[in-house]
Amino acid sequence: MSEQATDKKQDNFQQENAEVHKRVAQSYKDGFVTDIESDTFPPGLNEGVIRAISAKKEEPKWLLDWRLKAYAKWLTMEQPNWAKLNIPEIDFNAISYFSSPKSDENAPETIDDVDPKLLETYAKLGVPLHEQEILAGVKTKKTPVAVDVVFDSVSVTTTFKKELKSAGVIFCSFSEAVKDHPDLVKKYLGKVVPIGDNYFSALNAAVFSDGSFVYIPKNTRCPMELSTYFRINEMNTGQFERTLIIADDGAEVSYLEGCTAPMRDENQLHAAVVELFILDNAKIKYSTVQNWYPGDENGKGGIYNFVTKRAACNGVNAKVSWTQVETGSAITWKYPSCILRGDNSRGEFYSVALTNNYQQADTGTKMIHLGKNTKSTIISKGISAGKSHNTYRGLVRISKKANGSRNHTQCDSLLIGKNCGAHTFPYIECSNPTAQLEHEATTSKISEDQLFYCKQRGISEEDATSMIVDGFCKEVFKELPMEFAVEAKALLDISLEGAVG
Amino acid sequence: MAKKNEKIIKEITMLNIKNIHAQVGDNKILKGLNLEIKPGEVHAIMGPNGAGKSTLGNVLAGMEKVEVTHGGVDFLGKDLLDLEIEERAAEGIFLAFQYPVEIPGVNNMYFLRAALNAQLKYRGQPEMNSSVFLKLVREKIKLMNMRDDLLRRPVNEGFSGGEKKRNEIFQMSILEPKLAILDETDSGLDIDALKIVADGVNQLRNEDRSFIVITHYQRLLDYIVPDFVHVLADGKIVRSGDKSLALELEETGYGWLDK
Repeated sequence: MSEQATDKKQDNFQQENAEVHKRVAQSYKDGFVTDIESDTFPPGLNEGVIRAISAKKEEPKWLLDWRLKAYAKWLTMEQPNWAKLNIPEIDFNAISYFSSPKSDENAPETIDDVDPKLLETYAKLGVPLHEQEILAGVKTKKTPVAVDVVFDSVSVTTTFKKELKSAGVIFCSFSEAVKDHPDLVKKYLGKVVPIGDNYFSALNAAVFSDGSFVYIPKNTRCPMELSTYFRINEMNTGQFERTLIIADDGAEVSYLEGCTAPMRDENQLHAAVVELFILDNAKIKYSTVQNWYPGDENGKGGIYNFVTKRAACNGVNAKVSWTQVETGSAITWKYPSCILRGDNSRGEFYSVALTNNYQQADTGTKMIHLGKNTKSTIISKGISAGKSHNTYRGLVRISKKANGSRNHTQCDSLLIGKNCGAHTFPYIECSNPTAQLEHEATTSKISEDQLFYCKQRGISEEDATSMIVDGFCKEVFKELPMEFAVEAKALLDISLEGAVG
Repeated sequence: MAKKNEKIIKEITMLNIKNIHAQVGDNKILKGLNLEIKPGEVHAIMGPNGAGKSTLGNVLAGMEKVEVTHGGVDFLGKDLLDLEIEERAAEGIFLAFQYPVEIPGVNNMYFLRAALNAQLKYRGQPEMNSSVFLKLVREKIKLMNMRDDLLRRPVNEGFSGGEKKRNEIFQMSILEPKLAILDETDSGLDIDALKIVADGVNQLRNEDRSFIVITHYQRLLDYIVPDFVHVLADGKIVRSGDKSLALELEETGYGWLDK
């Protein structure tokens, strides 16, 4: 990048910074509740609830059967306890499994039919929902982004449908996909994350309510970035969305997701499943900025974020790249993984996970090398502050047939303050002698010397900390789309509030 | 006329250190140090290891682990010890570190611009936009004979010892402090690097800017010629003189202090 370009980016960062500091007065900016009439199931989980969800969504029988099978499986399973997390017991009968804004009853045809209060909510969140606004944005050279919005349990609107359709791209809510593209859904649903994969994925399969569906046809490069914003609004609801993305031969797509929730004293559960399929020579870039409510400074409230994300590189030369910036949630349990089945396929995982106060995160990835000459890269940056615990857990498995495979893993931890913890659990299983594996790990603290140096040059402690953290995360931020990188940096600054001093 | 003006300027005191006592933990390091510096003056501080030379710099810059137990410091009419580290910087105090600190992932130029703008903001001046800043950088980097790519590299990361020291002086040239403290800037430099650093410093010398040059060796003072030389021993200034004192010390060493 040229100097000017770098500088421009930094200019943006600085402007964004000023904006951030304005918003920082409240430490979690997205913590508001939208007063909107909603249709919410009473709390409780049983077969009847699952049938009711399915009926509400007018689903075909095969899907109901699939849900019921998952539920039966879930009943036989136990909550995993191998992670370095202290998870209070979850009363699954205290959660409501379906909530939709009432105005959605007569599903909106166009964006103008959407409840203005909802639009206001997303405007507050900075989601570029209104196509008009986005189009106006085009003039200022902002890249247009097609957005799907999931509010509590349902997808309320998807923008840019026409433009995408002319490119042959399908981008819609999961419910619509079940109705309009049942064959595709049937072919791929549960194929990389089977219903019995784990406790939370089984639960999700039983009760999932909505999510996004993407299909990029052969040799098509998706003409714009696709994005989903998830929002939990109602009290006592869980969010169980399911995302399915298929990149057919030679297809390419970049997908972004963002998540927020109101501040509440109760814990709320978010158990999502994301499945990606990448066929011959196709590419998916999946970026997440996760900012679910983390709880207050005493550890009260916050979202339990128990998510299963997995990508199957089934084709030759398939490529998948997961980039995640995890700053929210009381507890995060999440391992976006890559199954590298196709020869020469490639998996990447770039992660920044920041925990503050009493937050806990156990996150990492699995790289399963099955095909020949498969390559994977893992770059994980964990930042712990306050009394939080931050764990990297990763598996690199090279199977017998994966000749010439390579992995490079780098995991760095940064500690801020004296009461936090950073942990690293790398697992390596290698069954092929031709594989090359590299692992690097570092743990560092923001040193007094670094802060003194910055302050002696005139930079405040807060800005110095943010600068040092930003520098620490640089390798990951550069993988994010520009707008997201700005947002991610801003989020880190907000999340670090009070961590210094 | 010019002479008269100079005289007036010289009568104003920039920095007045009054009977400073300072310690790190229980270790008393400065024990009643006095020093007065006027605008435009260059004061060299010499003395044996452990005399408190670096501590003096750190007291002025405001390092938290150095505790001032007694005494005061006036800087341009302000009580320096009352100010935060970053406020002192913005008031015009610059410390060229003996061991410049590495900040991984933070672009050198970005760091410097953030520093400059923070100082400008403190002083109520408009911040500098990137194109003006870039021009300034291009002009100053020539001064230090530094390679361009050092600007885009992370702050001090992977720099050689000499590059780090040059980077300090380069930062100083951008920040244009009123009082610069050079803490053993000559240590670890070969003669060519020493000349470049000294050249950079000399170009920044003017009748308003003062320097405290902390060094072990008279060699640096051949290039940065001081107005005064002080010997710091056991936490106090025990002798002061002009530049000939440095030459004398070079011959006699500090053995005489023990007598």
